[in-house]
Amino acid sequence: MTLLRRQSSADVCFEFPSGEEEVRKALCELTKTLREMELSADDIGSAEVVLGEVLNNIVEHAYGAGRSGRIAVCLHRAGHALRFHVLDEGEALPRARLPEGRLPALDGTLEEMPEGGFGWYLVHHIASDLAYKRTEGRNELAFSIFCDGQG
Amino acid sequence: MEFSCTETGDLLFVKVLAERIDAAAALKFKDSLREITGEARSSHVVLDLSAVNFIDSSGLGAVVAVMKLMGTTKRLDLAELTPTVDKVFRLTRMDSIFTIHERVEDVSRLYKVG
Repeated sequence: MTLLRRQSSADVCFEFPSGEEEVRKALCELTKTLREMELSADDIGSAEVVLGEVLNNIVEHAYGAGRSGRIAVCLHRAGHALRFHVLDEGEALPRARLPEGRLPALDGTLEEMPEGGFGWYLVHHIASDLAYKRTEGRNELAFSIFCDGQG
Repeated sequence: MEFSCTETGDLLFVKVLAERIDAAAALKFKDSLREITGEARSSHVVLDLSAVNFIDSSGLGAVVAVMKLMGTTKRLDLAELTPTVDKVFRLTRMDSIFTIHERVEDVSRLYKVG
């Protein structure tokens, strides 16, 4: 059984089990696909950073330690925009909405330096048109990466 | 995760011999660096990231954690950030927390002159 029916408009879809190593493999797969689309290294880097944060958030929080599940990613390219849809069947985001992407304070003492809280900031800062939907036990997160140039 | 270490004078260069400091590697990275910097006599550590082409927020957190473990009497600098790693440090303003050297050689030169 697959998590999602292949979206007819999608150029690429892939599905894999939740896990840090699996996320790493999926990101390598994605960057390979984006290189074949002849996108610039800078745009590919942006897409990899955002997708990495989104996927690791699913592994760490939606499914969490010890819980298995599947994750699906679909990518559709329309000109300069890469539209991503990410699906999972884990827990909903807190209050069933997108977390704010505020940058943690960096003006404290050494002990107060933040070791986390950068993920959603990077997602909000790099991606556009973020949308989150919770339906029938599934999370769907969509976002766009606008590409500046061709590789 | 492997590292290559070179100690000269009061400088310890630690080159990360991995392409990614991501969620899957962050804990190992932090533990190894804790050990390396703890055993070092040098008070100034330079992390050579020239082989690293990807870092995520977990990896970034691990680098900050290492800096914190070293305390206020030791210093952690970074060198040779590749484009995506540089982007993550810039966007999170972490480039204002760490001294980032364009090239590893620059650090030794700085010390020779000074």
